[in-house]
Amino acid sequence: MTTLLATERIKLFTTRSPWWSAFLALGLTIGFAGLVALNHNGGPLRVEHSQFGIQFGLMVVTVMAALAITTEYRFATIRATFQAVPNRTSALLAKTTVVAVLAAVIGEVAAFGSWATVKVIDGGGPELAITTGADWRMVAGAGLVFGIAAVIAVAVGTLVRQSAGAISILLIWPLLVENLVQLIPGAGDDIHNWMPFTVAGRFLNGPGPDAPLSAWGSLFYFAAVAAVLLLAAITAVNKRDA
Amino acid sequence: MIEATGLTKHYGRTVAVDNLSFTVGEGRVTGFLGPNGAGKSTTMRMILGLDSPTSGDVRIDGQHYRDLHQPLRTVGALLDAKWVHPNRSARAHLRWLAAATKLPRSRIDQVLDLVGLGAVANKNAGGFSLGMSQRLGIAAALLGDPRVLLFDEPVNGLDPEGILWIRKFMHQLADEGRTVFVSSHLLSEMAQTAQDLVVIGRGKLIYQGTVDEFIANATESTVLVRSPTLEKLGEHLLAAGAGISDDGDALRVSGMDSAAIGELAATRQIVLHELSPQVGSLEQAFIHLTGDTVEYRTEEPALGTTEEGPTA
Amino acid sequence: MTLLAVERIKLFTTRSPWWCTLIALVLTIGFGALMAGTSEENIAPLTIAATQFGYTFGLVVVMVMAALAITTEYRFSTIRATFLAVPNRPTALIAKATVVAVLAAIVGEIAAFGSWGIARLMKPNVDLAINTAYEWRAVAGVGLVYGISAVVAVAVGVLLRHSAGAIAVLLIWNQLVEPLVQLIPKVGDDIHKWLPFNVANKLITGNPDPSTRDVLQGPPPSDAVLGPWPALAAFAGFAVVLFGIALVVANRRDA
Repeated sequence: MTTLLATERIKLFTTRSPWWSAFLALGLTIGFAGLVALNHNGGPLRVEHSQFGIQFGLMVVTVMAALAITTEYRFATIRATFQAVPNRTSALLAKTTVVAVLAAVIGEVAAFGSWATVKVIDGGGPELAITTGADWRMVAGAGLVFGIAAVIAVAVGTLVRQSAGAISILLIWPLLVENLVQLIPGAGDDIHNWMPFTVAGRFLNGPGPDAPLSAWGSLFYFAAVAAVLLLAAITAVNKRDA
Repeated sequence: MIEATGLTKHYGRTVAVDNLSFTVGEGRVTGFLGPNGAGKSTTMRMILGLDSPTSGDVRIDGQHYRDLHQPLRTVGALLDAKWVHPNRSARAHLRWLAAATKLPRSRIDQVLDLVGLGAVANKNAGGFSLGMSQRLGIAAALLGDPRVLLFDEPVNGLDPEGILWIRKFMHQLADEGRTVFVSSHLLSEMAQTAQDLVVIGRGKLIYQGTVDEFIANATESTVLVRSPTLEKLGEHLLAAGAGISDDGDALRVSGMDSAAIGELAATRQIVLHELSPQVGSLEQAFIHLTGDTVEYRTEEPALGTTEEGPTA
Repeated sequence: MTLLAVERIKLFTTRSPWWCTLIALVLTIGFGALMAGTSEENIAPLTIAATQFGYTFGLVVVMVMAALAITTEYRFSTIRATFLAVPNRPTALIAKATVVAVLAAIVGEIAAFGSWGIARLMKPNVDLAINTAYEWRAVAGVGLVYGISAVVAVAVGVLLRHSAGAIAVLLIWNQLVEPLVQLIPKVGDDIHKWLPFNVANKLITGNPDPSTRDVLQGPPPSDAVLGPWPALAAFAGFAVVLFGIALVVANRRDA
């Protein structure tokens, strides 16, 4: 498995898109935090103010993770991969692991970078200190959410095998579908309550009184969704001709 | 007629084409020869107005490509057979090209039959073999019945039958009075296809002229002689002004033809076991000329590898 | 006209525009049906605005389609074949943008009137007659916004030449950057008022007739300061400028 992980690590970092994505994700989130801090007045800045832009990073990382697998299909390097590692399940798990770890690292850097940026610009009162469990979840939790989102993205990329399609689904789903279902009269809110990215948001921002799951329960649910999708992707990869 | 004057292209700090001037005449097949990475494709893209030259100029019948009206009626080009949408049928690919040039639809079937793709015209181009893709590319090039044709490495990846077909085809096009400019890194191919040559290396012009002259100029004709008294023969040859070099148990003589060597040996009463003129090949000429300009040089292949060298 | 025919052939001889059209229509009209089917007189009454909730679905799908129409040409290098056949690059790209925009506008109109029509069929008792200028804009305006958005998408596609990049930029900008900008303290709201897709949204959701619309019964109204038609003109102006930049870049660049 270490060999496989090393293989996937080399594959990932010898193309440009992960570097670009990491750069963009950090630039957007931290830059946005800077904008918030610079324009703030009235009331002390709180930890949550520093994390307003975290979704930028999440979306960019999702795109990066999907591209990590779809470009393999585009350039048919997936065939070379399966030739070198005939056990497709291991190959896909190794790729997912490497991409998820990178995503998690980007998430942590983005979250703490944003927080630090706000602290530097604003000076930082006691409201900006990371003290409670909720504060820690909001900042340090970003890496966990990014990592799990990357697993979802790799799974979707594997199932769709096509960059444009995978990216469209991965962006339209959390940004549009999850929000629009709320509008359905009656059932809308109940469906919304179980939408994976909405639930992941509750882990970061606190579940609120009406949420069906606790904070950590929310993260567990998000991870379960990712696991189911990954399982579907593994099944598909093993059944399909490469 | 294609005229390039002082054509130069820089990509950042890399000089892909360096002050290149040449002309390609009508009614002949002109080969565009150079090792891989010499700048052949870049030059072709500049001829076709796809890339802009950093400096210099290239014209087709006196006009820039981008000023031509309905250019496919003047110039047909096959630069890369894979420049097709994989999910578009061969006929649909030609249909939009024909529409852009206001050609009748009947012309599409004509060129498809001409290149032998009539039967697969409605199949998606993505499923084509390289040979079929090349044929589709040639069909696209011929669509507007152009006077000038450019082909970039057209025989790459073709089977022998396909190579023969393309070779005959290009001769036929030239015999009809068209300008045919075809690039290759394969010398043997050029020797059989082209009448004229433009040879470049590292973006610079090395030679322009006929194929025959190229071989005659660039290869030194030598004569191999074998004799029991080789040392004595060598002294006499040197004295007569010939150049000699050892070649195993024989001598390689330059600057004197086999008749003169034979007569010299007879007057000196030297016994000859072999007297054979060595004709220079295009390969030797090419390596001789471009020896310093090969972009990607390979080591001598180790035993068992089948890697193709850049000038093979 | 010739070039329009060329681009029409190119667009319709590949599969992705057909798929995107189908997906856009199914999503918007399906969502319209969902809204109609689940509406209730007292809690969530059905209005014309409410039938158009799904229009953003169609918008993003149409933008993906428009971006792909140009980025796939770069991906498969058919853009070079295009520029060989039509060396005047601005003309070739204008023809493409026109054809894509017209298709997007048609998809928009079918999606909007389809959503409205299916709601009428499902709830014949609810008054869904299109009477006021606001109601006409809310339905018929969808095609205009789709068409202009398609031009924006083609421009981004020309500039980036890369499907994944263009789609990511378009969707993240439209769906994430514009709403998140509001979170910036002080200046956020003022910036948001002038962001292009929010401005475009004014045509569909702006200046509701108070007697026919409760704010909550339809897509949230745009906070753009321009009136509906000036807003559309501003959005079109933005599209033209972006597309102009794309033309200049494409003309200078090596194909």
